[in-house]
Amino acid sequence: MADMTVQSLSATSLRRRPSIGTLKFAESIFIPVAALLASAALFSVFLLFLGKSPLMFFQLLWVGGFGSGFSLQNTLQRAAPLILTGLAFAVPARIGLTMIGGEGALVLGGLSAAAMAIPLVTAGVPAFLTLPIMAMTAMLAGGMWIGFAGWLRYYRGVNETISSLLLSYIAIATMNFFVEGALRDPASANKPSTMPIGDAYRIGSIPGTEVHWGLAAGLVLAIGLHILMTRTTFGFAARVTGGNARAALAQGLPVGRLIVACTMIAGACAGLAGFYEVAAVHGQANASLVAGYGFTGILVAFLARQVPLAIIPVAVLFGALSAAGGIIQRRMGMPDATVLVLQGLIFVVLLTSETFYGRIAFLQPKRAEDRT
Amino acid sequence: MNETLQDSALITALIAMLGGAIRVSTPFMFVALGECLTEKSGRINLGLEGSLVLGAMVAYAGSFLTGNPWAGVFFAGCAGLVLGALHGFICKLPRVNDIAIGIAFMSFGTGLAFFFGKPYIQPQAPRLEAIHLGDWTGDPRLAQALEVNPLFFVGVALAVFMWWAFRNTRWGLIVRMTGDSAPAAKAMGVSVDLVRFIATAIGGFMAGIGGAFLSLYYPGSWNQGLSSGQGLMAVALVIFARWGPLRCILAALLFGAAGALGPSLQSVGISQGYYFFNAAPYILTLLIMIASARSKVAAREAPGELSITK
Repeated sequence: MADMTVQSLSATSLRRRPSIGTLKFAESIFIPVAALLASAALFSVFLLFLGKSPLMFFQLLWVGGFGSGFSLQNTLQRAAPLILTGLAFAVPARIGLTMIGGEGALVLGGLSAAAMAIPLVTAGVPAFLTLPIMAMTAMLAGGMWIGFAGWLRYYRGVNETISSLLLSYIAIATMNFFVEGALRDPASANKPSTMPIGDAYRIGSIPGTEVHWGLAAGLVLAIGLHILMTRTTFGFAARVTGGNARAALAQGLPVGRLIVACTMIAGACAGLAGFYEVAAVHGQANASLVAGYGFTGILVAFLARQVPLAIIPVAVLFGALSAAGGIIQRRMGMPDATVLVLQGLIFVVLLTSETFYGRIAFLQPKRAEDRT
Repeated sequence: MNETLQDSALITALIAMLGGAIRVSTPFMFVALGECLTEKSGRINLGLEGSLVLGAMVAYAGSFLTGNPWAGVFFAGCAGLVLGALHGFICKLPRVNDIAIGIAFMSFGTGLAFFFGKPYIQPQAPRLEAIHLGDWTGDPRLAQALEVNPLFFVGVALAVFMWWAFRNTRWGLIVRMTGDSAPAAKAMGVSVDLVRFIATAIGGFMAGIGGAFLSLYYPGSWNQGLSSGQGLMAVALVIFARWGPLRCILAALLFGAAGALGPSLQSVGISQGYYFFNAAPYILTLLIMIASARSKVAAREAPGELSITK
């Protein structure tokens, strides 16, 4: 939207300067990258204080994340749910909502997919029917869940950040309730789980790799939602609402329906991530679903500045961080929460960097020329 | 009278709930009072969950290393203070969104606590001692329910003090003014950023103490699953309490009772749906938020500068 208002200006007054659109784009790359580097520097100081080698840390991060075919596939495997949960934050963010319930929608999506699988698998319904039904159930469950928070926001005025996070806790409690109770597979003694869907129903890998199809789904959805949010009337209306909800109402835009639609899309993305966790990774629903993908997805979306396409590379980056966690833990003798500290640090630095937009001199159009 | 009470499972459950409400409510109360102060100054700190978890870890480590649980409580407050001060400092930069920064601090504080807390999961640290208020009743259930931690009374005293200070002191007036209208505060020569910075930092201190209660008294050990969103629920609780410190006590007790529902039903042998009852505080919070969101009374008492009510 900014590009449009700005391009008409650039033709008139700005010679020998890049257009304002280009500058804005450069700014939106430069500041997040600088924030990442600053976080890395701060984290290095943190490591030095602990007597660990930052050099070794980043080397291991590279080796564990991208160093070999195996680690690269591990990275992509972990990036898949992050793309989806990143989208679950980014889409509502475009309409002006801070929706942090991705974790809950993922868990609930996984649970409902696994629950749906039980009768279908028992009845021997073929996999090509069962899996789409499971996926639809997961998307519906996730969509309703976050959609509910969106509905509460518009029609009841309930703050969506708190309500979506509360819904996450409720979703996790709901999963525990069913997994420990009605849906518990008696064979799962140590770790209460639902009935395994069985190898015949597992989603395989993308041919030639060991990465499950969730990655492909994430890529398709990221591209699709990017087009939806930037190239369609729906996306335009959503962004107008995000920019100024009152103006949107005054224009007669169906703000309530837009909000519910965006939040349902978001929940469906996170629910789909839950489906892939069940159908491709764990084979059943249990506490492993609560792996923090939903929360890391928020960070991914912030770093991607809520641009669906940009979520893909950022999700890969954080997938690598998570994939390298194990090797860092073993080789450097550091607790598994190391990754959490780094993520939290990036989060804080990144949001602090918001303050630099419009304030870095060489990325700003020359205002003085306009006045003379 | 005791004979009639002894057999009744309902009474047992109710007494367990009373004791549970007092126990479970204390961390809620501290976080809510901290959040109340922060919100009164016109800013919201969702990161108190991070302060709470970090406080719990630091308190346990402090108590383990010094042998004195009260030293742990103090360190926990300081840890919360640091996180709160950082939040307050970053939020005063232009264009920074206080809600988003709060989410970041939630994950940063939790990450730090898990990182440094790893070595303290196993060892036993000295815990806070309770005051036995119920021994005179002669009923073991009541005696157990009335074992109240001194921090509970500290919290109540703090709430009363805040209630009094908001109304009767110059500082209270300055905080309320900053929260209601930043331009008015500026016109009076008050530094809005400074007031909010201090309010957020002190709010973090209180949340840290709430965390200390978790690890040093109830549940009374440090592990990664210690907090389950108490810091966040406290934010909703403050809205429910309509920014009144005294109402924060009542709201905290209500939340405590909801949190004690599952365990107290279990104490009389009803274990079915334990996990469902675990969700009770969240569901209660959500219902309360739905009920109070459009409430005219709440709108009248909300600090005018608060982004969450706009």
